[in-house]
Amino acid sequence: MRSYYPVLNALGLIVMIFGLLMGFPIGISYYVQDGAHIAFDNAVLFTLTAGLATWLLTRGKRRDLRVPDGFLLVAASWIVLPIFGALPLMGYLPELTFTYAYFEAVSGLTATGATMLSGLDDLPLSINLWRTFMHWIGGMGVIVLVVAILPLLGIGGRQLFKAEVPTPMKEQSLTPRITETAKGLWITYILLTVACGFSLWFAGMDGWDALIHAFTVAGLGGFSSKDASIGHFNSVPVEIVVIVFALLAGLNYATHYLALMRRSPRPYFRDPEIPFFFGVLLLSTALLTAYLFYLNAHTDLGSTLRYVAFHVVSISTSLGLSTYDYTLWPMFAQLWILFLGSFIACSGSTGGGIKMMRAIILYKQVYREIVRSLHPHAVHPVRLGGQPVSNQILHAVLGFSFMYMVSIVSLTLVLSASGLDVVTAFSAVVACINNTGPGLGAVGPASNYAALNDFQAWTLSFTMILGRLEIFTLLVVLTPVFWRR
Amino acid sequence: MARVSADGCGKVKIIILGAGQVGASVAENLVSEANDITLVDTSPEFLEVLRDRLEVRTVCGNGASPLILEEAGAGDADLLIAVTQSDQTNLCACRVAKSLFNLPTRIARLRSGDFVEYPELLNDENFAVGFSICPEQIVTDHIKRLISFPEALQVLEFAGGVLSLIGVRAFEGGPLIGHPLKAMRYHMPNVEVRIAAIYRNGEPIIPRGDTVIVPGDEVFCLAASVHIRQVMRELRRSDQPMRRIMIAGGGNIGFRLARSIEHDYNVKLLEVNKRRSEYLATQLDRALVLRGDSTDEKLLENEGIDETDLFVALTNNEEDNIMSASLAKRMGARRTLALINRKSYVDLVQGGPIDIAISPAQISIGTLLAHVRRGDVVAVHSLRRGAAEALEIVAHGNEKESKVVGKSIDQIQLPRGASIGAIVRVEKRSDGRVVRHEVIMPHHDTVIQSDDHVIVFCTHKRLVRQVEKLFQVGFTFL
Repeated sequence: MRSYYPVLNALGLIVMIFGLLMGFPIGISYYVQDGAHIAFDNAVLFTLTAGLATWLLTRGKRRDLRVPDGFLLVAASWIVLPIFGALPLMGYLPELTFTYAYFEAVSGLTATGATMLSGLDDLPLSINLWRTFMHWIGGMGVIVLVVAILPLLGIGGRQLFKAEVPTPMKEQSLTPRITETAKGLWITYILLTVACGFSLWFAGMDGWDALIHAFTVAGLGGFSSKDASIGHFNSVPVEIVVIVFALLAGLNYATHYLALMRRSPRPYFRDPEIPFFFGVLLLSTALLTAYLFYLNAHTDLGSTLRYVAFHVVSISTSLGLSTYDYTLWPMFAQLWILFLGSFIACSGSTGGGIKMMRAIILYKQVYREIVRSLHPHAVHPVRLGGQPVSNQILHAVLGFSFMYMVSIVSLTLVLSASGLDVVTAFSAVVACINNTGPGLGAVGPASNYAALNDFQAWTLSFTMILGRLEIFTLLVVLTPVFWRR
Repeated sequence: MARVSADGCGKVKIIILGAGQVGASVAENLVSEANDITLVDTSPEFLEVLRDRLEVRTVCGNGASPLILEEAGAGDADLLIAVTQSDQTNLCACRVAKSLFNLPTRIARLRSGDFVEYPELLNDENFAVGFSICPEQIVTDHIKRLISFPEALQVLEFAGGVLSLIGVRAFEGGPLIGHPLKAMRYHMPNVEVRIAAIYRNGEPIIPRGDTVIVPGDEVFCLAASVHIRQVMRELRRSDQPMRRIMIAGGGNIGFRLARSIEHDYNVKLLEVNKRRSEYLATQLDRALVLRGDSTDEKLLENEGIDETDLFVALTNNEEDNIMSASLAKRMGARRTLALINRKSYVDLVQGGPIDIAISPAQISIGTLLAHVRRGDVVAVHSLRRGAAEALEIVAHGNEKESKVVGKSIDQIQLPRGASIGAIVRVEKRSDGRVVRHEVIMPHHDTVIQSDDHVIVFCTHKRLVRQVEKLFQVGFTFL
């Protein structure tokens, strides 16, 4: 019988750190006196107590984490933390059920941005800040943060890191020590967020809005403090800043980190994902602009380009902010940007989907099969950035992509069975598994997810965590093989 | 600039490291020029074969070792030629020869391109390599030139590429076929061409104004590089340009060739070794790497050998090259090219199933020999498997010191069998930078100036030394 106490022990620690992170919105709440601090006080108290109690009770059983423990800890953290994240929301909004609050917190931590709430403009500042602050923490990853600041997780650190960071190239690390890698990524992330905040401020937002939206953009989340999202500001400079930083956040943070460390733009040129990332986005923007202009969806070419560029970048990088109800566009355009979201974001970014790197590998694998059938003797390895991709990684990518499809199809079926129409069910699953946020139909950018029943909300909460942990980390824990022995 | 500091009458003492293909052909070429040669190699079998065939001394052992070098006579040698397979051995040997024996001239073969990118590594403080050559690269460049002039048997460049010498087999349908050579002037009034040599049925004939070119002749002519295509059109209908190229053998040369032409042509590369083929596939962007034997008829057929414009056989095994190229030709490849070292094989197959036989040793050692020979010889090329030599020599000095500068062509006392083919006049600015090159086809009254590059043809190798002596400047110069 394997002991799960060491995992519980580490989990207690992570919960405590999460409780401490809540100190940030409390401080703001006290500072601006928005009246939400009572809700926070109780939540922090409860979170810290729960974490401390778990940690103390299992202290005697501590040991280094093993490979299976790593999966369990990461999966458990992502299931448990939203419970605590939901507490301040429930405390301030008593009519909000636990199911909806949990959904909101999952949506926050997985940086999805699908919201159950309306009347955002009237919510207290600290509540809105907490929602996007969860985006920000979850975007880079709670576990990565813990690994960065607490080396005491020991040898299991690398395993944890691999289970949480979204990339097919799990063995790559930037520095010899995983702690240093995690630190480097977080520092890069913080710098990008600060730059984004100041840019939004200069572009015309007030300070608090700039902060809230900087968290959202850097984590590629999607929550906003406004019901009308970015459309509320109706400002071209703000939209441009959001586009630029969403693009930056959609790149691999490891590349940003290398560029910062070496003070040279060279890593950007050597990143094999970047040409595809920008190429597909540019092409999509151009084609959709032409298409919508031809159909007279907007008054003139300039505004067509403005709306198309914003939504192509926002939806495909899995940010999910909006300036316009794009469900008014023809279905083709809506589906296109939704599909882009399933692969545009680069590996190691805060975005979702199968990641550009896997898409490139899949494309090259298909090409290889074609060459092979024409030239049976051909030696044609799949290469990425001049390096051959090992069969092991290739198989992992194929397996992952298969599971991704299976998840979308089966979850769509489940939601249709529960009574949703097909467009809503399908787009909600895709928007949640890609951590994008707004879908089409009843869950489009102009409405929210509050129309869902409890069963549907739980299903989509599961979908968001599944997508954020790139399926396998959660799947491993859910298989009988894991619990046997 | 490497130059052997011999006194002109005594023998030059040369140590050659490596008795492989390159080492053996260097030795073979230098033996006939009355030098004292010591060959060093780790393989006694190689040495034994060469000792029987050539008049050389042999030492068995690692050429980078100080003891072996001393035994080979490094103490009073004039020249070290390190041409082993291993870059490391060659570099190390040069350093040892410089440090311990102060050997004046050191030449190393470097196969890896990395070292050439950092020239400071080769200076006297570091590896002390006076001059480095990469035979594989030279052969690759040679094949590349043949690909860009698909009609040519041989393409040689002089004076940094300004002047070219091409060998073409004359075919029925060329405008000049059946006409005397002097008709060329009317065909191409603006182009100056010099016919250097004509081989009919393998025998050289002296080209004169009234010589009539017949189909099947191998014609060697000298012209400015910009006019090469025009000249070639006179001698044969021009072929379709190359598009599909199949390379058999992904060794050093095959790989270099594939990498340098894969973006301009449709390239297929055959390699039999599994690991090597995987390596090649990761290194090449567009060329298609196929694993299989180049003599596998089925494979060639599947890969469309009948639509292939050029089949290049570059494996290490010359018999395989002959067989696969012959097979490719029979199955419909438009043109075939094979790497063949043995002279007897070349005569056997060239012009038959194989259009062009390339002798890597002949091609690559020209550059090396130029550095070994005294005088200002820039390049020595062998025409048609060494039956004649083309020398590029820089004339130096003034009228008093030199036997050539300031004299007209008919005043220069060239040995019999040697003739001046062309002159490339270099115009320099006051700061020494080259402004432009002028190609001159000399007449009997053309006067040679200092710094001219003079191209001299010799019908026999032994004439080379006499020509070099002629160009030497008296001791007062420099």
